Amino acid sequence: MHNPQLNSDGQLSHLLTIEGLPPRILTQILDTAASFMEVSTRDVKKVPLLRGKSVFNLFFENSTRTRTTFEIAAKRLSADVINLDINRSSTAKGETLLDTIDNLCAMHANLFVVRHAASGAPYLIAEHLRRIGRDDVHVVNAGDGRHAHPTQGLLDMYTIRHYKKDFTQLCVAVVGDILHSRVARSDIHALTSLGVPEIRAIGPETLLPKHLDKLGAHVFHDMNEGLKDCDVIIMLRLQNERMNGALLPSAGEYFRHFGLTPQKLALAKPDAIVMHPGPMNRGVEIHSAVADGPQAVILPQVTFGIAVRMAVMSIVAGN
Amino acid sequence: MSSPPLAPPPPLPDAEAQCRQLAGLLRRQLDRRPVLVGIYSGGAWIAGRLRQLLGLEDDIGLIDVSFYRDDFSEKGLHPQVKPTAIPFAVEGRHIILVDDVLYTGRTTRAAINELFDYGRPASVELAVLADRGGRELPVAAAYCVWNVTLSAGQNLVLAQDQAERLTWRLEHA
Repeated sequence: MHNPQLNSDGQLSHLLTIEGLPPRILTQILDTAASFMEVSTRDVKKVPLLRGKSVFNLFFENSTRTRTTFEIAAKRLSADVINLDINRSSTAKGETLLDTIDNLCAMHANLFVVRHAASGAPYLIAEHLRRIGRDDVHVVNAGDGRHAHPTQGLLDMYTIRHYKKDFTQLCVAVVGDILHSRVARSDIHALTSLGVPEIRAIGPETLLPKHLDKLGAHVFHDMNEGLKDCDVIIMLRLQNERMNGALLPSAGEYFRHFGLTPQKLALAKPDAIVMHPGPMNRGVEIHSAVADGPQAVILPQVTFGIAVRMAVMSIVAGN
Repeated sequence: MSSPPLAPPPPLPDAEAQCRQLAGLLRRQLDRRPVLVGIYSGGAWIAGRLRQLLGLEDDIGLIDVSFYRDDFSEKGLHPQVKPTAIPFAVEGRHIILVDDVLYTGRTTRAAINELFDYGRPASVELAVLADRGGRELPVAAAYCVWNVTLSAGQNLVLAQDQAERLTWRLEHA
């Protein structure tokens, strides 16, 4: 089957989604990221891999953290980084997405980092580049709609491997608004692919998509039950901006049932780690005592994210 | 008429003995308190041996030049990059880069560039077990124990067996 992310040699040419990627590529990205971790500790925090290449950040949807970490990652690879202010650009004047891409290709772009509210937008760009014969231009998905956020999924896997070493003995819980979460989808695909035997999806019925079991996750509506003996807890942000209609009675009630408090955390294994993709809503999905507590690895996730994005960009740009 | 049988290829030298020879060449540098930096993977093994043989205090540094190679555009990123680790301050030190085979000089160039991203050393010298000629850059080894002539299709590879013994192997492309 044609995999739009791989070139004819089976190497990663675009990163669009974790779904369907062979585990050898996931492992290659994590291993390469481990080597990049050291670069950020040097006097000169740069390597010359992407010198002379142009990376365009195309964020059709707001994000400060993801855009900044992609920008830092590209700069540490010595690429030139251009951040397009989409809201004030030609898109606002009615230019189509693919016309924008053609114009940027004419400016000798080498790599597009794309965030878009529409699921599939990065895939559309990658297919367009293939059609016009530009296999020297690469696409990295920085989050598309509810579909995928593969670099967040990979940095979550890096974090888990860093603290837990072996994926094949773990119980991992993903908690909260999975319905609207592309992070959750990318995480569940990656966890499955890397051999995690027990994946739990915890949340209210209104915020869990149907058929989670088909992705390999066990569904829990009672958080106390779902957290029992977990090694890793991935909390998700309550995405108020994506909610249409009455999915929840109130933030307060949500916190009572699905907020991660010290009491609920005590049900997991004593050495369990707590992750969150940010930005956090304190007092909504996570208690401050947990967010700032010894089991939280939320800030290391951000640091690992730079190395993971350096790995992804240098791998796709070389293939 | 039968052609005379081909002479068997000459046996490859003992790499462990060559390490001891190389250590002998480096001994006269010891008053400068040099530090060793091995280039993965062969150079890293040799640097480890030399440190033992010379009784150096400082741990050895290790360099993987994958992020500094000049053929990234043609070949992409090597699939198995190892972390570079320089466990001492480079600034002002006399550094001896260690590699197994010196050939085009491109790996040495990449290693020097990487080293300078850690600071400004007092000096950098190159020590290798084998020099096979074929230079494409102005690079020379200050210390070398084996000059060998090979054809372009041949590849000289240093391997380490389970008993951590270093041996040479000749591969044909």
